[in-house]
Amino acid sequence: MTPLDEIDRQILRILSEDATQSAGAIGRKLDMSQPATWRRIKRLQDDGILTGRRVDLDQEALGFGVTVFLGVKLATKGRVSLEDFERAVSAIPEVQSVQHVLGLYDYRLRVVARDIADFERVLRRRIMTMPGVGNVEANVLLSEERRPGPI
Amino acid sequence: MQIDATDRRLLRYLQADPDLPTADLADKAGLTQATCWRRLEKLRAEGVLRATRAVIDWAALGYTVEVSLRFTLDKTAPRAFDEFLDAARDVPEVTEIQTFLGRVDVRLNIIARDMAHYQQLYRDQILQLPHIADIEALMLVSNIKLDEALPL
Repeated sequence: MTPLDEIDRQILRILSEDATQSAGAIGRKLDMSQPATWRRIKRLQDDGILTGRRVDLDQEALGFGVTVFLGVKLATKGRVSLEDFERAVSAIPEVQSVQHVLGLYDYRLRVVARDIADFERVLRRRIMTMPGVGNVEANVLLSEERRPGPI
Repeated sequence: MQIDATDRRLLRYLQADPDLPTADLADKAGLTQATCWRRLEKLRAEGVLRATRAVIDWAALGYTVEVSLRFTLDKTAPRAFDEFLDAARDVPEVTEIQTFLGRVDVRLNIIARDMAHYQQLYRDQILQLPHIADIEALMLVSNIKLDEALPL
């Protein structure tokens, strides 16, 4: 992998805002030709730095008013297979992300729900009933900012 | 804006495969290309479909350490939240900032090249943030599920 230069960083910044732009449009912003811009984007893809695209949706407009971050501690390690827990929790549609972590908790979950009552349903019926779940801490999301990161 | 079942279906397909060309998306949703395009334009104009963003793999850029830092702030200081958040925005390695109702006040997601870099960031940048009462760290071992898709 060749190290990134300032132009690569600008391309990454532009694409992380809006990945639907053509190489030509990005090139014009950076005062570069379409083929030269395209080659750089291609290289960022080939190096595994640009891995794909994701849509950014207004979840409240779509009826999902509540996001909760859960810290989950497994109660009976050894008796419950981590793979089984991971598979079961990942299969819950309202669970948007599952991260295995080290620290106070074993897993971090991001859960989305229509409202607090809907969240309670997901928590009680889907998550608390899973084998091995011990201590659970819930924090209700109030605001969120995604930052560009070190580019 | 009224969002109907067809809009939801479109967004569900698009969410599952953001690279899907409009023609294929229309096919899947059983719409003509023109109708599909019009609906997407409307969802964009109304801000429901905010953007399609590139996903950057920070590990491929050499950032192999990812830590979730959970802060309790000293709420006796009247501007604790604003001043803390302003200062956190100045740390480039911070990729996400969330505020909460719960035991945790603020969460920062931070990436570092290695443990030595993390330690340096933690000492020189994070511990310098104002109004911290307590910090807990959760170090990422692995991402099991990370699509952040909505159950549309």
